[in-house]
Amino acid sequence: MTKDTVFRQEFPVKGGDFSRAGEVSWEIKNLLKELGLSTPVVLRAAIASYEAELNIIMYAWEGRLVLSVTPGRVHVVVEDSGPGIEDIELAMTEGYSTATLEMRELGFGAGMGLANIKKNTDAFLITSEVGRGTRLELTFLTNGQRP
Amino acid sequence: MTLAKLIEQLDLKVYTGRNELTRPISGGYASDLLSDVLAHGQKDQLWVTLQIHPNIIAVAAFKELAAIVLVNGREPAAETVELARKERVSIIGTPLTAFEFVGRVYGLGIQGT
Repeated sequence: MTKDTVFRQEFPVKGGDFSRAGEVSWEIKNLLKELGLSTPVVLRAAIASYEAELNIIMYAWEGRLVLSVTPGRVHVVVEDSGPGIEDIELAMTEGYSTATLEMRELGFGAGMGLANIKKNTDAFLITSEVGRGTRLELTFLTNGQRP
Repeated sequence: MTLAKLIEQLDLKVYTGRNELTRPISGGYASDLLSDVLAHGQKDQLWVTLQIHPNIIAVAAFKELAAIVLVNGREPAAETVELARKERVSIIGTPLTAFEFVGRVYGLGIQGT
């Protein structure tokens, strides 16, 4: 967190809890809207957060999203304790998924989550350790200009 | 075409969003995979699906879709209706299959993109 952070909030997410799926992303969307950010930025952040939140619910034991807003930027750091990702490049490939049949029947686990996150961010970092967990850093520029 | 006009022409059932029916429809997307719609759906499109659980509302809201169309006579789950009302998302339904429904909508001049 830098000294010019205007807003910071942490949202815990429990693995396996589909009944509350999406709640954190709705909250992030509403907060960013209240802060007066433009609709395209709010929606991109909401979509990326939604995919990240669902990834924790589907694959990890527990995790959290940390939202921070500075002038010009929205940051979402996603951390989980979970199985981690062995081959990140493969996991980023559209269509590749390790979701269960049950998840797929609900329309989750399309194998597009990480690709969607990347597509909606202005900067995207992913690190993962097998057996420990995964960390994502998502950055959204709020001036509407995408690099 | 507006949502109201489409509902009238295809005799669709309105589950939620009666106040949003003046919304224009710009096209449509058919998929039962949520991330697929998050990737390829576009603002003001109809979303044709058979998923009825509450997570469809986030997808429709985050993509600013015109309405969710449930096919095969499927009815939205109670929690889905509740969330849709709160977030002002329109859910409409048809007894037709996805293929039949999309064909008729296309015939009315509403295309994919």
